[in-house]
Amino acid sequence: MRQQDPPPAGTGHAPVRRPSQATDVPHGGDLIGALVSVTIDDHTVKVPVGTTILDAARRVGVHIPTLCHHDDLCVAGVCRVCVVEVEGQRTLQASCAYPITQPTTVRTHTRQVRQARRHIIDLLLSEHAGECTTCFRNGNCELQALAKEYGVDSFRFGRPDRPRHKVDRSSHAVVRDMNKCVLCRRCVRTCIDLQEVGVLEAVGRGEATTIATYLDKPLAEMICINCGQCINRCPTGALRANDPTDEVWAAIDDPTKHVVIQTAPSPRAGIGEEFGLEPGTPMTWEMNTALRRCGFDKVFDTNFTADLTIIEEGTELVLRLHKNLVQGDSSLPLPQFTSCSPGWIKYVEHFYPQYLPHVSTCKSPQQMFGALIKTWYAQLHGIDPAGIVSVALMPCSAKKFECNRPEMCDSGYKDVDYGLTTRELAQMIREAGIHLTEMPRSDFDDPFGTASGSGVIFGATGGVMEAALRSVIEFVTGKKVEDFYAHADIVPVRGFEGCRHAEVQIPKEVGPVPGLIRHLVPDWNWLKGATLKVGVVHGTANARKVMEDIKAGGPFSQCHFIEFMACPGGCLGGGGQPIPTGPAIRAARARAIYAEDAAYGEAGKARKSHDNPAVLRLYQEFLTDGPCGHKSHHLLHTHYTPRGKYIG
Amino acid sequence: MTICNDMTLAAIEPDAGLAAALKLDRAGVIGEIRRSGMKGRGGAGFPTGVKWNLAAAAQGDRKFIVCNADEGEPGTFKDRVILTEWPGRVFEGMTIAGYAVGATEGILYLRGEYAYLRHGLEQCLAKRREEHLLGNDICGKTGFGFDVRIHMGAGAYVCGEETALIESLEGRRGEARNRPPFPVNTGLGGMPTIVNNVETFAWATAILARGADWFKAIGTEQSTGPKMLSVSGDVERPGVYEFPLGTPIREVLRAAGGEDAKAVVVGGASGQCVPANRFARTVSYEDVATGGAVIVFGPGRNMLDVAENFLEFFVDESCGQCTPCRIGNVKLLEGVRRLKRGECSTQQLRELRALGETMRVASKCGLGQSSPNAFLSIIEHFRREIPSRVPVTVEA
Repeated sequence: MRQQDPPPAGTGHAPVRRPSQATDVPHGGDLIGALVSVTIDDHTVKVPVGTTILDAARRVGVHIPTLCHHDDLCVAGVCRVCVVEVEGQRTLQASCAYPITQPTTVRTHTRQVRQARRHIIDLLLSEHAGECTTCFRNGNCELQALAKEYGVDSFRFGRPDRPRHKVDRSSHAVVRDMNKCVLCRRCVRTCIDLQEVGVLEAVGRGEATTIATYLDKPLAEMICINCGQCINRCPTGALRANDPTDEVWAAIDDPTKHVVIQTAPSPRAGIGEEFGLEPGTPMTWEMNTALRRCGFDKVFDTNFTADLTIIEEGTELVLRLHKNLVQGDSSLPLPQFTSCSPGWIKYVEHFYPQYLPHVSTCKSPQQMFGALIKTWYAQLHGIDPAGIVSVALMPCSAKKFECNRPEMCDSGYKDVDYGLTTRELAQMIREAGIHLTEMPRSDFDDPFGTASGSGVIFGATGGVMEAALRSVIEFVTGKKVEDFYAHADIVPVRGFEGCRHAEVQIPKEVGPVPGLIRHLVPDWNWLKGATLKVGVVHGTANARKVMEDIKAGGPFSQCHFIEFMACPGGCLGGGGQPIPTGPAIRAARARAIYAEDAAYGEAGKARKSHDNPAVLRLYQEFLTDGPCGHKSHHLLHTHYTPRGKYIG
Repeated sequence: MTICNDMTLAAIEPDAGLAAALKLDRAGVIGEIRRSGMKGRGGAGFPTGVKWNLAAAAQGDRKFIVCNADEGEPGTFKDRVILTEWPGRVFEGMTIAGYAVGATEGILYLRGEYAYLRHGLEQCLAKRREEHLLGNDICGKTGFGFDVRIHMGAGAYVCGEETALIESLEGRRGEARNRPPFPVNTGLGGMPTIVNNVETFAWATAILARGADWFKAIGTEQSTGPKMLSVSGDVERPGVYEFPLGTPIREVLRAAGGEDAKAVVVGGASGQCVPANRFARTVSYEDVATGGAVIVFGPGRNMLDVAENFLEFFVDESCGQCTPCRIGNVKLLEGVRRLKRGECSTQQLRELRALGETMRVASKCGLGQSSPNAFLSIIEHFRREIPSRVPVTVEA
């Protein structure tokens, strides 16, 4: 394999900067890399020219409070909480937005600075209509924390006596309560700059300024892709996910219901953060026990259908390749795009509907699972599918929209009843009085309890591609992946680079076609010596770059298979994950996910999707006409809706 | 609008400044402007020569000369008169600036409410192109090309702030940018950009035509040259006046027929209020600076009404971006209304003043930083007009 564009080690997602907001260094590039001295409250340090005062202060351990600043986002400098005194400047300066270009002396907590910060917090509170006690961010709210830090003991400038805005609950994914908005514009910068979707923008001016959708229409009517990245970056409770926990509790409490939950790989890597653990502390087995104690009848592993996705999507890829390369039939075009990320799916439906034929018809692992629970599982255990309540624990807000798509009812029922985020499950666990960290460890339930390491890494960007390559390489060469990559770690597709590109050289000698798909392709001779080109993309801003590259006939148009994830970092950075988020937190969650994959190997369990015995059993007992067969097409595949950008 | 006294600009020979400039090299033009000591006529008072020099030294594939004709400050209308009477001078000044800093593109950002001026301005531009005062090889100077287009504003006061103006030019919401970087380095499209007021460009032609020494001889050492003022309010002869900088306010009032005024607000809504016993103060950068507005209040005016009116303006015209300006002005307005009702305690008044101070230092741009000026100076000078609950003896 030859790797192009090597990903740098764990540098996180580089946010797109609006040119207007960039903290450019005056006088051009000749100074870049030069060092300049800055004195911050008696600490003197040399920093690269262009470093902000805030970053320099962090370097010397001086705390400056912030509100609109976020490590993932471009600079705004709007809340003014981080103001400091800069010698020689008439006014206070926002430390997050002030680039140091010459020797500078800064004081971070003079009387004037403290008074200004206190005023700003008091002013924000005077417009913030929300009771902390009834807010889901109680205890994890940046405004609340600032009020405490600055000793706010009264509403000096008053407080709203009634809400000014109607709460928008129209979306399955995101609830907007602008009464709690502090106009930090993190959501705007997330939606426009980080994700390049552009549903939210500041509207109006003066005291009438709000964050709004186009013509203030309900979010459900917008081109919102439901990624929920805005929720993860909102400092207050103005944005949250549409929470179904009451319905889930009601189902658990109803003795006539059989309530099952599938759990995706990313929540287990993140949920510890909700209970005070360091990011990257895996809680897989403790969480299983907690779920049972909450009252779920069965706890399944979504990784099972992740493995199933690899078989179905891999088979679809082989069929597409065969059609295009051997039969000269481009009706199912290349490159094939992955379909696991519902945010990405809605993004293509809105922004690139003409490319929908490229998208794999495979349902996401969540929806494959849903379709099997109310068919095969119900059949195996003699349970009336009408009495099954199927819950999906996901790191994702878009999964809530996905399970409510009208086409997701192939089992004859709503395949997945409720999408639950990591945050919402943490809330249920707390409510049940369960101490997650003290739970004994327990395994998943059969028949969907067996997964491979490949299923686990679906949670990280590049994971789906690595899992697919592990299977494709073994299918085609008849040899072990380990013969090509140590420990079957296909490192070139890992990392956090926004758009990655890699190539796999198929050897001159190929193996026999495995029995599972032998009826679909007669032999591999047509792939001998071929170069399989793949791409990995995360964050929709990067997806846009790649789609434009494909449109222009660039290198990504030559790819055979591209993994797209809507969220920065992949699912582990999803819109349902614990708040806060940031490059370091996502890197830690990724380490937990790759460690679980490695642990599968150490325990002698399958690390490749096609070795998962439960998946093979499914094809023997239920999907008997094989991958991409008639039954699989009915239950595991779907179609998409070209939506376009002109709404309402 | 009446022109009320003799205007120097009327006497300057058209395009003499441009001809003189093109005889000099770029550094020579900037040197002349620097030597004149002219400070920006929009109100902030940044030395024009320094600004041009920075833009000339800045690196950029393109450079831009932007004329700020977003004359939105309440009580200011002298730019409208210049654009009506002497539009050629403004384009001539922009051309000189283009020559001085190495820019080929000029943009006149015209206040939305001045749309009716556009036709005349376009005609003036067309005529200048015909006369080779715009376009390629201007005045036969090989290799020097410059042209101007007009961009309409859409009615936001904040777009008079130069970085908000640039945002608006780029098609975004008019909102101030973080500074640094400054437009002279990173302006329109990230390129070095000069933003000057209409009047600044007009005077630049006069400086080149008559020399820096002529200009410097007018005004004071720190405030050189003549200044055009928009005088309005309780006076007999409102209109546009020209005075040397350093002229006492009293003299302006005498000329306009407003000697019985109880106060003038110099600098418009964002300016400061000067009471009658301080009318010896001068209109100058070192004393009472102004972009041109002199609003006169006669003996019958209630100064709290004035403060309320100005704050209502800022509550609407804040761009809504930064906290101190967006919410601070709302709180000051609520405070003024409490004062008017006699319901504001001494403690509350103290807090409003402190809030005003925070707005001055912590707001993101000049709009927020200057928005409490009128309120603070009215509170300072007219405490006796504040009814009841605030005892005048306390804190006086």
